[in-house]
Amino acid sequence: MRKLVLMMALLSLLPLEGIAESAEEKGLAIAIEADRRDLGWQDSETSMKMILRNRQGETSERQIRSRTLEVTGDGDKSLIIFDHPADVKNTAFLSYTHAIRPDDQWLYLPALKRVKRIASANKSGPFMGSEFAYEDISSQEVKKFSYKWLRDEAIDGEEAFVVERVPQYEHSGYTKQHAWIDKEHYRVLRVDYFDRKGALLKTLTASDYHQYLEKYWRAHRMDMQNHLNGKNTTLLFSDYEFQNGLSERDFDRNSLKRIR
Amino acid sequence: MNRLCLSVVTSVCAASWAISSWALDWKVSGFLSAQFQGFFDEPLNPVQSNSDFSAAIQPEFYTQWNAGTDSFTFTPFARIDQRDDQRSHYDIRELNWLHVGSDWELRAGVGIVFWGVTESQHLVDIINQTDVVEDIDGEEKLGQPMINLSLIRRWGTLDLFVLPGFRERTFPGRKGRPRISPPVNVAMPVFESGAEEKHVDFALRWSEVFGDWDVGLSHFHGTSRDPLLALDTSDPAFPSLIPIYDQIDQTGLDVQLTHNSWLWKLEAIRRAGQGDSFIAAVGGFEYTFYGMFDGATDVGLLAEYNYDERPIETRSPFENDVFGGLRFTLNDAQSSEALVGCIFDLDSASRFCNVEASRRLGARWVASLELRTFSSVPALDPFFTLRRDDYVQFELAYYF
Repeated sequence: MRKLVLMMALLSLLPLEGIAESAEEKGLAIAIEADRRDLGWQDSETSMKMILRNRQGETSERQIRSRTLEVTGDGDKSLIIFDHPADVKNTAFLSYTHAIRPDDQWLYLPALKRVKRIASANKSGPFMGSEFAYEDISSQEVKKFSYKWLRDEAIDGEEAFVVERVPQYEHSGYTKQHAWIDKEHYRVLRVDYFDRKGALLKTLTASDYHQYLEKYWRAHRMDMQNHLNGKNTTLLFSDYEFQNGLSERDFDRNSLKRIR
Repeated sequence: MNRLCLSVVTSVCAASWAISSWALDWKVSGFLSAQFQGFFDEPLNPVQSNSDFSAAIQPEFYTQWNAGTDSFTFTPFARIDQRDDQRSHYDIRELNWLHVGSDWELRAGVGIVFWGVTESQHLVDIINQTDVVEDIDGEEKLGQPMINLSLIRRWGTLDLFVLPGFRERTFPGRKGRPRISPPVNVAMPVFESGAEEKHVDFALRWSEVFGDWDVGLSHFHGTSRDPLLALDTSDPAFPSLIPIYDQIDQTGLDVQLTHNSWLWKLEAIRRAGQGDSFIAAVGGFEYTFYGMFDGATDVGLLAEYNYDERPIETRSPFENDVFGGLRFTLNDAQSSEALVGCIFDLDSASRFCNVEASRRLGARWVASLELRTFSSVPALDPFFTLRRDDYVQFELAYYF
């Protein structure tokens, strides 16, 4: 009995972090749990309407469709088909995403029937002239960031973790991101993006979440506000479908040329 | 179009009628465009003019069935030109059926296929004939009758082509501009093969991706798309050039290395059957600076070296030339972009410069501008007779 008391006394002398979770460990654990809850959907298809607004409030619209193949152990494969504006109709974008090394990307130009391998160093570049950067729409792998739990905070009445994410991949336009992840379903509700100077650049708000296959949550609306240039982009998702039996063949360079 | 071509067209039309009778859902898209070309100098020949208007249409009819494993595409094209009756022309760019199998695809009918990676010229690209009257940049192609089997395997993609029927290159007529001089007499082609334009050509291409490397290796056996031009002075008042289409064997290699902001590109061919066999190559890089100026504009720096082994009488304009260019991509809502480039001949100091810019207006209109100039061209250069044909082109296109 005395020995036990002694051991407990000794244990209590150890630094607190030795036993309790550090903020970094807690941040990583949240990311791993969010990733775990989104495993197993296999493949998905969705339609997107993109509404671009400039500072004067003028809008222009794009209509695209996307297909994604879940790849375990690496980033997902995705194919994006452009439907509108009409001059870019049948243009398609194929991307094999990776956690740390650069993504492999090909663009199909229908006017020339040309498949062009493109550099993926433009992660911070605008996707289709919108306020979404390529890295914002790329598959979110755990390894892409280092994490740190900052605090718990309610957002729109939902209890959430606020986690700092620091990109570990090259060519990111961000020094860090602050993500609000709800405690009940581990869905990203909001992300603040900080630019290379550390200033708040953009805020993403994800809303209108729907659950698919009784498991996977998908936002049907995403709003990206750029605080620097005053522009914003709304993405509206519809017609989500899962497990349509898509395979690697639906994501090769031949499929890029014929996809409609 | 030749008879063989027509028979393919007829049979595919019959198939399309059969398909349409199943009440399939057709998707119609395409464009209508109006174009103006203005020339800065007086023409070499007084029958040519300093300005030209034309209009073009290219609708596409597409349908698919069997859950997308079968599809049918029909893309006719037509242009009507104010002055040049050779430039007023129509073509069937695509009229084909595509079937997609588990590790293969079969395309039959008229189609367009692009091979290659470089920007200053497209050496390896050989399946389709160039529609020169559309644009002298060589990127507009005539539809080619074909049966194309694609095998998609672990060791890469192998494309096999049977090409029944040959398309002759289009050339501007006597009144057309820009054009080489004397004009090409397209009514008098000379074929090496007795089958003439009915010769059946064959081609294959293997392509694969190895990490950052995209590699293609191809071979073509058949009628050269790129004719030699022989001077015909049988009518001394109206000399002309006669296109000679030889039977050739051409092996091609295209490689691109994509690394960070760099694209390293190489195309090389070896052609036999058109005089002495020869090697030609083009290689270089494109480096992109991302997020310049306002933070969204990308600026690409392009440089390519062009080599051609042929003797001066038969050589292409690219025998020892350097291409340098800048590509601006604004990444704005209007998809504004511009490419400015010049090809410098290292032997003669002649220079061909090209500006291409375009911008979307509203949701359905695109305005584009092209400027082409030919400078200090020596008499032996293939561009010599284009020396007074510097021009600017405005185009407004409506997409539906």
